[in-house]
Amino acid sequence: MIGRLIPHPLLSVTLVVVWLGLVNTVTLGNLLLGAFLGLVVPMITAPYWPNRPRLRRPLVAVRYVLVVLWDIIVANVQVAWIILFKRNADFRSHWINIPLDLRSPEAITVLAGTITMTPGTVSAMLAADGRSILVHCLHTEDPDHERDRIKQRYERPLMEVFE
Amino acid sequence: MSGIVEILISVFIVLGGVFGLVGSFGLVKLGNTIQRLHGPTKATTLGIGCALIASMLYFFSSKGSVSFHELLITLFLFLTAPISANFIAKAYIVRNIERHELPASGGEYGWSVYDDPPALNQEKENEGARPGSIT
Amino acid sequence: MIAIALMIAYACFGLGLLFCLWRIAFGPTLSDRILALDTMVINLIALLVLYGIWKGTAVYFEASMLIAMVGFVSTVAYCRFVLRGDIIE
Repeated sequence: MIGRLIPHPLLSVTLVVVWLGLVNTVTLGNLLLGAFLGLVVPMITAPYWPNRPRLRRPLVAVRYVLVVLWDIIVANVQVAWIILFKRNADFRSHWINIPLDLRSPEAITVLAGTITMTPGTVSAMLAADGRSILVHCLHTEDPDHERDRIKQRYERPLMEVFE
Repeated sequence: MSGIVEILISVFIVLGGVFGLVGSFGLVKLGNTIQRLHGPTKATTLGIGCALIASMLYFFSSKGSVSFHELLITLFLFLTAPISANFIAKAYIVRNIERHELPASGGEYGWSVYDDPPALNQEKENEGARPGSIT
Repeated sequence: MIAIALMIAYACFGLGLLFCLWRIAFGPTLSDRILALDTMVINLIALLVLYGIWKGTAVYFEASMLIAMVGFVSTVAYCRFVLRGDIIE
């Protein structure tokens, strides 16, 4: 019964929070309107979510988000440093091919986003069958080390959360 | 408004400005397009994040009310920056890079820009494989 | 003090906009120009937010949010056009 009423609990919660953020004042009326949206929108859009991602371990997910936030700050300082104080001729840019163990599209999407936001790497493309991801590295001495770091630091927790 | 909060807000504003400037400067300075992609996706995003934190602190200290708008904008930008970066990289690869200049994908199928994804029925067999339509 | 900090930040983001404009004018490839446009939108949002602090009102948040959304959609549309030669298939 609950499952049919709220087909996608995470989406409902997100909708309520975003609605409250948009109107910017928390009153009972707004909360009710938000809850109404949170109930109706997932019901209408349910056909477009054929297989819903399930978060297995919320705690690991929270830790992952914190790690990534920290890495974003570090990444920014690093990249700013590289841009300002490194001559263009000194760059060692590499394309790296990272084979993926992740299979679910949602997890791969999160991983690609994380790679782009974190130190010196931008995810550029997936293989046609989604088995590996192409990453561009702004400056690295050792591409293999970089690949292992991404697999260790980001892919492992995502595996735990999504699969 | 107390002095410490004012200093904090000023620091965040200036930090935001500096990071934004560095990101845009990277756009001019770096050597090729893919390298240039690194500047705006990172430095500029943190720059705007700092500006939004400053604004949140300011409105909190002057009006006493927490405003969620900044959080929403930050969240939106942090979610969309990787996606647009990915799209721009792909657009660049399609027009400017030949297949043999990239490392091989190592799998049965090549990179999605050059190769078609496995046919639909095959996709159902190896379940969970990413549909190739997201290009 | 906040006023001085705001002036510095205005100068930074304004200069950033000029850098983007330079890339749009002289960018050797199409992707450079799209990237510069995207960066320009982000700088613009920052300017608007700072202007909101300067004036002490929150009315500019709706504007900056709309600009953020339109900017993202237009970047994706440009790239899709380059990739597929078509925006909506």
